[in-house]
Amino acid sequence: MSEIINILIVGVGGQGTILASKVLAGVVQEKGHEVKIAEIHGMSQRGGSVFTQVRYGANIASPTIPQGEADIILAFEKLEALRWLSYLKKNGRILINDQRIDPMPVIMGTVEYPADALQIIQDKCQNVTMIDGVSEALKAGNIKSVNMVLLGVLSKFLDFDGDIWLKVMQETIPAKFIDVNLKAFEAGRKY
Amino acid sequence: MKKLLTGNEAIARGAWEAGVVVCTAYPGTPSTQITEHAAEYDEMYAEWSPNEKVALEVGGGAAIAGGRAMVAMKHVGVNVAADPLFTLAYTGINGGLLLVAADDPGMHSSQNEQDSRHFGRAAKVPILEPADSQEAKDFTKLAFELSESFDTPVMLRVTTRVAHAQTTVELGDRQEVGLKKYEKIAAKYVMVPAYARRRHVVVESRLGKLQEYSETASLNRIEWNDTKIGVITSGVTYQYVKETMKDASILKLGITFPLPRKLITEFAEQVDKLYVIEELEPFIEDYIKSWGIEVHGKDTFSVIGEILPETIREKMGIEVENTVDNNEAASAIPIRPPVLCPGCPHRGLFYVLSKLKTTVAGDIGCYTLGSLAPLNAMDTTICMGASIGNAIGMEKARGKDFARNLVAVIGDSTFIHSGITGLIDVVYNKATTTTIILDNRTTGMTGHQENPTTGFTIKGEPIKEVDLELLVKAIGVERVVVVDPFDLDKVEKTLKEEMAAEEPSVIITKRICALIDKESDKTPYIVSQEACTGCMRCMKLACPCIIKEGKKVRINTAQCVGCGLCVTVCPSGAIKKEGEANV
Repeated sequence: MSEIINILIVGVGGQGTILASKVLAGVVQEKGHEVKIAEIHGMSQRGGSVFTQVRYGANIASPTIPQGEADIILAFEKLEALRWLSYLKKNGRILINDQRIDPMPVIMGTVEYPADALQIIQDKCQNVTMIDGVSEALKAGNIKSVNMVLLGVLSKFLDFDGDIWLKVMQETIPAKFIDVNLKAFEAGRKY
Repeated sequence: MKKLLTGNEAIARGAWEAGVVVCTAYPGTPSTQITEHAAEYDEMYAEWSPNEKVALEVGGGAAIAGGRAMVAMKHVGVNVAADPLFTLAYTGINGGLLLVAADDPGMHSSQNEQDSRHFGRAAKVPILEPADSQEAKDFTKLAFELSESFDTPVMLRVTTRVAHAQTTVELGDRQEVGLKKYEKIAAKYVMVPAYARRRHVVVESRLGKLQEYSETASLNRIEWNDTKIGVITSGVTYQYVKETMKDASILKLGITFPLPRKLITEFAEQVDKLYVIEELEPFIEDYIKSWGIEVHGKDTFSVIGEILPETIREKMGIEVENTVDNNEAASAIPIRPPVLCPGCPHRGLFYVLSKLKTTVAGDIGCYTLGSLAPLNAMDTTICMGASIGNAIGMEKARGKDFARNLVAVIGDSTFIHSGITGLIDVVYNKATTTTIILDNRTTGMTGHQENPTTGFTIKGEPIKEVDLELLVKAIGVERVVVVDPFDLDKVEKTLKEEMAAEEPSVIITKRICALIDKESDKTPYIVSQEACTGCMRCMKLACPCIIKEGKKVRINTAQCVGCGLCVTVCPSGAIKKEGEANV
């Protein structure tokens, strides 16, 4: 990987991408890297497409990842994976939660959800990892912990010790929910 | 100490370090978090003002009284605050006064993409444009210095990407600057024509001095590189140019009004080809052209939307290796527009409005999402508070009969912001408008800020809340009804009655925003596949949790918050709480 690592997290508003990126940012900072994060708040939270762009390394100018430069895309939803695919480096890795969330135009039947989304992605990238995040989250005890399952999978491809992840999670997540989230993260890490 | 901060957090921090004593704002994306963070510092008074005009008037008062004050708003908020802005530029300040204007190129969460720099120039106040969070903090502090040394309000113009991006900031301590001496100087602060004529002379002479300052200020700087291409840029676009045009020489402008003409001319003379890369309007470019300098800008880049690193590569013909080509597939990807949340109280009202095919003059807030398919229940959305005026105009143009199936729809916070005057017009000018105030106990779209109707201040102190019923009655509306928007029968009956009445009426739909509701049972509902007849009536609610599967429907239990609105429209009793016996 080059001197800047670019990680793009994409999903649907309400899926918990923001917490996942918060933990990731915490881990990156813990290791003393220079970091820039781009995110959009506001209308996009209401069930629309959401993204967080995390860049770390040295001499980072733009807070957004230029198209075609993401080392890893972590997609919480299949259609969003396809939407952001052009941001991936050719030899980059894409981690996809095997979940389909229909956008309103699909729910209404005005357009179709692309049935071949995964096929298109697989044709264009060599490093595709599919994750059954929902099952793993249910096993961990709460369907809402999908975000930590996915973060656990992402952690396998990044050069940070497991202890740092746990430390940051404990600092970031309210005590009430920490056990389920740690369990979900571990499940992802072993996935 | 260094810390990762959003641009908005950094601006709040900068104000605190600069010894600011008063921070005011009306929430608006992307500026909202500036004042939320400012409110976290005990040394600063902070308030959510009813609207941006009041916010700037409070800030102006604080500054005239000798304290440093910061006022934050989104770009369209500057329109509302324009009146005090233009005249505060005449009076000048005493303690420093900073107006933060947050523009939204690409309209991530806005109704237009106007360029606030036009306002800064029109009001004749200096404009600073930071490119990251460190600069956001530094420029905020500098703005107070400039404001006091030149006796002028200062505009700090940021864009969504600067406001919301997190970058590293070196933190400093608060400098207690104290209050400046307050003196009564009518000739400076009472803008009657005789005094204002004299102050206009001061404004023009001040601009000349600011122009001189701009020529040598360290926040305008040249980064020499290859001189084949020179780029003049400002704000976050500077970062994109650095990222993508590694060989170019760059003139980075931190002050974009008044522009450093000599510096720009010198830079232009030393490069073979000159570009201005700026988002939105050709603000810098037009000046350079007017000086007779050959420059490229909007002949290459659009005035519409954001400029991103990939935009610069595309427009400047910079090849990138190794990208995944997805253009073909991208064109067929369904868009994912935002929707009313699961459990949203507005859904009940819009379901009925949609059913009655009512003409709806709409407004700005979460409920603007009621305009989207399949609800399609909004005819107009112009600006904060416009709904009521628009409805009056529709009736005055098309006659009273048209008003019999017409409503104005406005949120609680938006009504306080600028809907009250519209309602006064209804009564005063004998319109028969039915106004619906959607009271969800918060300012929803911007992320749940308190407002005068919620009973709490920005710092969480309880206060007496505005009683909307009493308020509208005091205006002269005699027909006032409060309904629960989830009581669909009552909503429909009330709507029909009030629209039929040939006099002003107000319906207040009262139900707490689902995202802050801590009390309701959140157990999700499920659909009995045996009982579901596939009538699809529930689909008309436009709830993102209800999914059509084959000829029947299913509920996404991960997202469902158990509001039960679907139960009330299901004719077959097929929807039950999860865990209830034998569904």
